[in-house]
Amino acid sequence: MSAVSDHPILDPALAPPFPVAALPVLRNVQLRKNVAHAIDVIQAKRARLVAEKTDWQELRTAAAAIKDETLANLPAYLEQFEERCTTAGGQVHWAADAAEARRIVLEILREEKADEVIKIKTMTSAEIQLNPFLEDAGIRAHETDLAEIILQLGQGEPSHIVVPALHVNRSQVREIFARAMGIKDLSDDPKALTAAARNYLRKKFLTVPTAISGANFLVAETGGVAVVESEGNGRMCLTLPRTMITLAGIEKIVPRFADLEVMLQMLARSATGERMSPYTSLWTGVTPGDGPERFHVVLLDNGRSSILANKTERQTLRCIRCAACMNTCPVYRQTGGHAYGSVYPGPIGAILTPQLQELKHAQSLPFASSLCGACYEVCPVKINIPEILIDLRAKVTDQERRTAGKFTDPMYLGLRVANLIFSRAWMFHCAQRMARIGLRVFTRRDGWIHALPSVGAKWTQTRDLRGLPKQTFHEWWEKTGNKRTRESGIEEVEAR
Amino acid sequence: MRASLFITCYNDTLFPETGRAVVRLLERLGVELEFRSAQTCCGQMHANTGFRAEAFSQAKRMVRLYADAEAVVVPSSSCVAMIRDQYPGLMEELGNEGLREQFKALAPRVYELSEFLVDKLGAEDVGAYFPHRVTYHASCHGLRGLHLGDRPFRLLKNVRGLELAPLANLDRCCGFGGTFSVKNGEVSSAMLTEKLEDVLATRAEYCTALDNSCLMHLGGAMHRQYAPMKTIHMAEILASTQEEVRG
Repeated sequence: MSAVSDHPILDPALAPPFPVAALPVLRNVQLRKNVAHAIDVIQAKRARLVAEKTDWQELRTAAAAIKDETLANLPAYLEQFEERCTTAGGQVHWAADAAEARRIVLEILREEKADEVIKIKTMTSAEIQLNPFLEDAGIRAHETDLAEIILQLGQGEPSHIVVPALHVNRSQVREIFARAMGIKDLSDDPKALTAAARNYLRKKFLTVPTAISGANFLVAETGGVAVVESEGNGRMCLTLPRTMITLAGIEKIVPRFADLEVMLQMLARSATGERMSPYTSLWTGVTPGDGPERFHVVLLDNGRSSILANKTERQTLRCIRCAACMNTCPVYRQTGGHAYGSVYPGPIGAILTPQLQELKHAQSLPFASSLCGACYEVCPVKINIPEILIDLRAKVTDQERRTAGKFTDPMYLGLRVANLIFSRAWMFHCAQRMARIGLRVFTRRDGWIHALPSVGAKWTQTRDLRGLPKQTFHEWWEKTGNKRTRESGIEEVEAR
Repeated sequence: MRASLFITCYNDTLFPETGRAVVRLLERLGVELEFRSAQTCCGQMHANTGFRAEAFSQAKRMVRLYADAEAVVVPSSSCVAMIRDQYPGLMEELGNEGLREQFKALAPRVYELSEFLVDKLGAEDVGAYFPHRVTYHASCHGLRGLHLGDRPFRLLKNVRGLELAPLANLDRCCGFGGTFSVKNGEVSSAMLTEKLEDVLATRAEYCTALDNSCLMHLGGAMHRQYAPMKTIHMAEILASTQEEVRG
């Protein structure tokens, strides 16, 4: 069990199911405190900045429309991007899956004769597990985002897509830095910690000539790339190295440069509660004497184009990775990101991971939600996450119910029986009477049930259940002479 | 005004007092109520657990059963949200043209209780008397699914004797989520623990809501922890009158 908490597995093919992976986190009081505190701060900032925009709902609609237009014409926009980027001196590579993307990046790095590479924070590189792959090939990847450094030096895993070290507090950061950087008298003052990171990073920025970035947006019209960040590390990676490799999912496209007006506002306000991100870098191809001499873009599919096929699920690809959904999610608030067993946690992870992966690797994720709808309410591109969760649940259930073991599974059996019962009123009424008698043995003298067997035990582990009343509502209605009960038509309805 | 009461399967079985309160309340307001005893379940549990075909067969049953009702009143926000948010997709995917038309005609006549009172009857003061300190839990489906807004508060503010205790983090889920509460029992319980802290901090005598499923969750934990608070569906508060308290 400690293996799960100390070294969470963020590979859906290997990670334990969500309810199991959540257990060690639920017991980790410090981690839960760190998560709740961090998301409270971000959420309050976001709420303030969103309230400032009187046209927020219109902006959401506009942002969703921009992404929908992109997705409806994705091949054309991608080709346009490739053409414009190439004209501007960039080189575009297409990767069908993670393995191909890793191979392309490695080939470029080999051509550059690189044994080190500096990185701007990119979740896409985490998705394709790039760092360990490069490590095996003898290339050391250095993260330059503060949170990513914390994780890299502390050998931790990201638990959030915007603030990956959200689960680590500053005294833990102090420990990690002191150990990894060999600083004995480091204080946990944020200033001292930042200074230590800056000192560590400066050497890398000045000596490593190759960089890897992600992309927040790719502009089809110009062939340009946009990256936002808060620390200036991205700006350093973009201006000092000789070669830049940008790794981006194919859904990162926006059609026009002007679309950034909407998208950048939505992203900054939703992600970090800022009007604009402190650093917004936009670059197009290469410019002699200014920035990298060589520029590569790796366009990654890795399951994305298959999501396009379904009208409901397609919304998933609108995502701009702002993490507002996880910041507001009451489930994420309790479990943090690691329980999701993927680099994409929270509500967006619960719908994205099962679609990027084979469903069987992540089938507990669509159920890791109370369907409270908070994620949909905050989503800047209006992804109806609860709707997609329910859709994916149906896919999981369709797949599972055919397997032999599930036929007698209490939950499946119960739901099948319930369906039969609900199909006829007389059966429903009969079942109510049977339940009343059946539950009597579990009901204490105070009228409450304190312990139930089987699936019910999951309820009574923390909650009591009031015993069944002696009379159902419909029995009362019939008995009290409310004779307006409409009986006609029932048989007719049920016969169909 | 005539209306048909869809009591919902779990209110019928577990919380008949809520149904009796709805009858008392609406009849007092002059509504002529009918109850179609063929009713069972709206299909929410099956839909949310991924049993789409089963959910559809229950949805079909509902639509057929209430096709000719003038208005359908439902004292459960999540069941109304099921009808509004999920029926269209189920009808589209599995229904035939006739059923889709029938549903389209029925949908605008389905009301959650507070919607029926405030929007249809225009009654914010229902003449209720409930001399207790009460906090209101805005269940997720009422808040974000149905956008009930301030309807519940307008109703509660007009209850004589009632002292409304504001609840912190009103928009946060209690962790019930139907089968989520058992499929992810531990996570659900952690959510419940945090919610209950806010609820108990109000020092109210009662926690009320427009959905007994959240109240079953909160109430179950209150009882387990010997908390000095009870849960009560808002229909029961609105049905209480001075005469009753004295009587």
